[in-house]
Amino acid sequence: MKICVLVKEVPDAAVEKRIDHSTGRMDRSGEKNLNPFDTHAIEAAMQIKEGGAVPVEEVVAVTMGPESAVRALHKAVSLGADRSVHLSDEALAGSDVVATGYALSKTLERESPDLVLLGQQSDDGECYTIGAVVAEYLGMPSLTQVIKIDVEEGKLRCERQAEYGYDTVSVQLPAVISVGDAINEPRYPSLKAIMGAKKKPLDALAASDAGVEASRVGLDGSMVECGDFTDPPQKEPGQIIEDEDTAETVEKVVAWLEERKLI
Amino acid sequence: MADILVYVLHYEGALNKNSLGAVSEGARLAGELGGEAHAIVVGDGDDLTEELAASLGNWGASKVFRARAPEGLAQPVIDAMAKVMQDNGHTYALFGGGLLGFEVGAGLAARLGAGVTMEVTEVDVQDGKLVAARPILQDSKISKSRYRDKGVIIGRLNAFEARESGGGPATVEDVEVELSSQATQATMVQRGEQRGEDVDIEGADFLVAGGRGLGKPEGFQMCEELANALGGAVAATRAVVDAGWYPYSTQIGQTGKTVAPKLYLAAGISGAIQHKVGMQNSENIVAINKDSNAPIFEFSDLGIVGDLNKILPKLTEAVKAKKGS
Ligand SMILES: Cc1cc2nc3c(=O)[nH]c(=O)nc-3n(C[C@H](O)[C@H](O)[C@H](O)COP(=O)(O)OP(=O)(O)OC[C@H]3O[C@@H](n4cnc5c(N)ncnc54)[C@H](O)[C@@H]3O)c2cc1C
Ligand SMILES: Nc1ncnc2c1ncn2[C@@H]1O[C@H](COP(=O)(O)O)[C@@H](O)[C@H]1O
Repeated sequence: MKICVLVKEVPDAAVEKRIDHSTGRMDRSGEKNLNPFDTHAIEAAMQIKEGGAVPVEEVVAVTMGPESAVRALHKAVSLGADRSVHLSDEALAGSDVVATGYALSKTLERESPDLVLLGQQSDDGECYTIGAVVAEYLGMPSLTQVIKIDVEEGKLRCERQAEYGYDTVSVQLPAVISVGDAINEPRYPSLKAIMGAKKKPLDALAASDAGVEASRVGLDGSMVECGDFTDPPQKEPGQIIEDEDTAETVEKVVAWLEERKLI
Repeated sequence: MADILVYVLHYEGALNKNSLGAVSEGARLAGELGGEAHAIVVGDGDDLTEELAASLGNWGASKVFRARAPEGLAQPVIDAMAKVMQDNGHTYALFGGGLLGFEVGAGLAARLGAGVTMEVTEVDVQDGKLVAARPILQDSKISKSRYRDKGVIIGRLNAFEARESGGGPATVEDVEVELSSQATQATMVQRGEQRGEDVDIEGADFLVAGGRGLGKPEGFQMCEELANALGGAVAATRAVVDAGWYPYSTQIGQTGKTVAPKLYLAAGISGAIQHKVGMQNSENIVAINKDSNAPIFEFSDLGIVGDLNKILPKLTEAVKAKKGS
């Protein structure tokens, strides 16, 4: 079995995210990191590989993003991926969800994976939907939010929470599965793996290398236009208590509750 | 012509409340666009009766397409919706909040070459087209989406209110769908399994909700003690429910329950959007979190920055003492 894991570089959670008003796009400067939700997808791939239920020949990390996104790939490789693929092209900038999914699907087609794994959401985009778009273009079934995967011959048995409780679904491969963050506890990379990550093969592709039609990506190839950024109605900021002396904190909380006739 | 097709989820003979909201919203928007709002229901069980489908007329659908295909998985619904939209020339597809709507909506947009926007809180008509508002960057900004051609709009949970339109039963049209090969690759083994006991959190005036910050399943004891002292119930986030720490019936949020108690007290909860949508209408929101940057403080009335292990037990004692006096 060959597994591709989709990974993305996102601004560090500790850094404030904002819109660049001159371009209307997300400001992606500043500290960057591997999307934390994607570490669960890599870990899921590693557990399938190490689980031994089926032989896994290769785990390949795939990303689409600017030059700096190689760092996300290095991190993915340090967490266990065998090699990585980087799709990067000016023409891709400003792609919407459907265009991004299309470009990723072209990149994945070259790899012919049996299984594509991805994270439940990107920390900056928060679309939860790339998996469904990629699956549609690849003609594969897709499930999102999966928290348990059992591998059987040519099939996966997946569990996930949907609107009416937990569903168990049997999926024939090839398939696209996005994993929920409760699926596993990602490992930490060893120092040796971090040092070795840059030596693992990395395929750098331009849009044309991947067979991506330029007219279907980027701002011009996107079917949705986003703009008119506004601030939501401001809610009166709540009162904040820094807990230093807990007895005092509790006294304040109780007074607050009493004032509102809650106790 | 700018007609809207609304996906309506149903389960065990009942229509999904968020889907009904989407039908009402679709009817309002179609009225402004000078088109019609149609609904589509998909299922292969006996519970998907003609009456159930026709009842969507009460919420504003003038016509309901009924596709006989498996429901609960995205691909068969994508096949059905793509066919109905192509055969009938709908410009927009609309979904209420939920999980399946994300999967179906995104796949459908790819199939149709449409634009898609998720987590939409408001839709307007401008120049004869739909414009969807979506909060981004953890709700710190609102962005407007416009569509070059076809558009798929996926609502945020509870964004659209279900309103009875007074319309009679809708016409029901059965449609034959040929399933794509990927739609036959996935099969439901078990649907709607309830994990853990059935707890009523929707009736409680006081809710103490616990998240991953409790550290371990046993951490919920602290929440239970405080809830007992207040005379309320205990709720949870998906993160801890998925981890098996607490029953599914206590989960608040996008794929859980929507609550609006007099007091909602969060312990060790970050305040992710998918949790917030299920509790933001609570009368009083109190949060305990050790991270002063936690998003939950953005929408709390009282925020306590500190360690819940220290605060919860003392708070329970103090509430008991007050109530006893
Ligand atoms: C499609 C979709 C649907 C979803 N549906 C739901 C849903 O229905 N309901 C839901 O809740 N989530 C849902 N989620 C998941 C959601 O995005 C979050 O992952 C989840 O709500 C986080 O749960 P949490 O707050 O318990 O955990 P975390 O986000 O891990 O937060 C734990 C918090 O505890 C704090 N903490 C840690 N230790 C202490 C301590 N000792 N004292 C005080 N504070 C401490 C930390 O600072 C942190 O802020 C959904 C996600 C997706 C993508
Ligand atoms: N540009 C990208 N390159 C590779 N993978 C991506 C990209 N954008 C999103 N993904 C994957 O899709 C998942 C869901 O992202 P999103 O739909 O943006 O919330 C992420 O966790 C990643 O695994």
